Amino acid sequence: MFDWLMWFTHMENSKPLALVLFFGAFCGILIYVFTGKRRAKRLESYKYIPLDDDDPPRHSTAQAGYHSQSRKVMDNE
Amino acid sequence: MAQSSALPVEQYNYDIVRKFTIVAMVFAVLGMSVGVFIASELAWPFLNFDIPALTFGRLRPVHTTLVIFGFGGSALFATSYYVVQRTSQARLAFPWLAEFTFWGWTGGVALGALTYMMGFTQGREYAEFEWPLDIAITLVWVSYFAIYVETLRRRSQPHIYVANWFYLAFILAVALLHIFNNLAVPVSLTKSYSLFSGVQDAMTQWWYGHNAVGFFLTAAFLGMMYYFVPKQAGRPVYSYRLSIIHFWALIFLYMWAGGHHLHWTSLPDWVSTLSATFSILLLMPSWGGMINGIMTLSGAWDKLRSDPIMLFLITSLSFYGMSTFEGPLMSLKSVNALSHYTDWTIGHVHSGALGWVALVSFGAFYHLIPRLWGAKLFSQTLVYVHFWLATIGIVLYITSMWVAGIGQGLMLRSFDDYGNLAYTFIETVEFMHTPYIWRALGGAFFVAGVLVMVYNMVMTLRAARREQAAIEAKLAAKMAKA
Repeated sequence: MFDWLMWFTHMENSKPLALVLFFGAFCGILIYVFTGKRRAKRLESYKYIPLDDDDPPRHSTAQAGYHSQSRKVMDNE
Repeated sequence: MAQSSALPVEQYNYDIVRKFTIVAMVFAVLGMSVGVFIASELAWPFLNFDIPALTFGRLRPVHTTLVIFGFGGSALFATSYYVVQRTSQARLAFPWLAEFTFWGWTGGVALGALTYMMGFTQGREYAEFEWPLDIAITLVWVSYFAIYVETLRRRSQPHIYVANWFYLAFILAVALLHIFNNLAVPVSLTKSYSLFSGVQDAMTQWWYGHNAVGFFLTAAFLGMMYYFVPKQAGRPVYSYRLSIIHFWALIFLYMWAGGHHLHWTSLPDWVSTLSATFSILLLMPSWGGMINGIMTLSGAWDKLRSDPIMLFLITSLSFYGMSTFEGPLMSLKSVNALSHYTDWTIGHVHSGALGWVALVSFGAFYHLIPRLWGAKLFSQTLVYVHFWLATIGIVLYITSMWVAGIGQGLMLRSFDDYGNLAYTFIETVEFMHTPYIWRALGGAFFVAGVLVMVYNMVMTLRAARREQAAIEAKLAAKMAKA
């Protein structure tokens, strides 16, 4: 019943299969990343994350006061 | 540290970042000095003074361990702990475990270096630690993984920034590599035998060795690059989508390339060819990433004239591009027949290690130090001095190794009219003497640059401490008046 599983145990079968799967996955990533205008805009918006990291976390605005006091050198200097 | 006592608790855990930054610089000085010493031993062999602990064979792993794991590893711990907090806008998880990673890693590396000098080694390239230290490092690494993942889980930022992908891939891949490469049967506290033998052992070692380069010395430092280049430039990375492709292409391709270290050996020919093929393919993501980093400065090239930290970062990317072109070239069987077992390989490694890894780390540290200690850098001029000492050192190093390596390779392949070897081995050694002197000089330049950086850093820290003392005195005076 499970004889077909034996096919995967042969390296000459499993290795090309793995290659096809990995290559397919990579092509899928390529298509995902470079199609769709809205998706492109969303993905590109993430590149601003390092530049936004001086802002305090949104959930802890109470800490903002000491945050600006505790750092003498700001990142835009 | 300097500012934490008087001011409220920091939003982020910078204490651990400071510790790793300091210890990274200590390891840089030690490891690179040992490098210059063993380079000098090759030029002037009397320098081993017939002391076993000082011979090239024992000090070479001390050098590689201190610079790769001591300096590079600590730089990665420091920057990854900094980047994950900043880009997740969350404080580092499990602070006590982070302390454990600091003491475990620092102690492990230091103890490893001492045991090599005593002659205890597994004899596996870049993995010479004997089994007790391997187990200790595994514990540290699992803790590192737990801290990183939990910090990401607690993030306030909905998206996980790409630098964290690279860092996380590095943590995962190194765990996998470290565990499988070090599978061994211990026979005593200081001796073990590998579970693998023959060509499988060689293949396992170079699967580890090349991916240590790929994930430890490349992917992780790319994580560093994807945060610190945009940050220092004050501009976002050129293309975020390109960074995603860069990441996945690198991850898919690197694991297959290790076999190119074993061309023309008993390794099956098809494995050699497969490795060379994947090595050539690796050129695309490598250059894609390099272009992505360098183009971040598009429209702001003037920063290269005014900002020495930017010089470090962009030059490191140039060396990354150069060494990732040279690597695939050397992985071709025909080129490898000339380059293998010669100093061309050593030159190639150092163009990557000094030019890419060390320069990007120095750039990141120069960015970090003022922010971690809350004081401006003591001297911008000294940053320029460091940059030029380092760059001249690297150029001297790699050009001398090209001369030594290609020269020796050509000499060993030369035949006279009768089909006899044209040169004896000792003639090639004599030929390499002069390039070896230049190599040692190049290394000395590089170490001099590091010492300048340490001086600059110490003076910055002292200034921060003075400033902090003044603030504390003012506060005390105010309190007394009140």
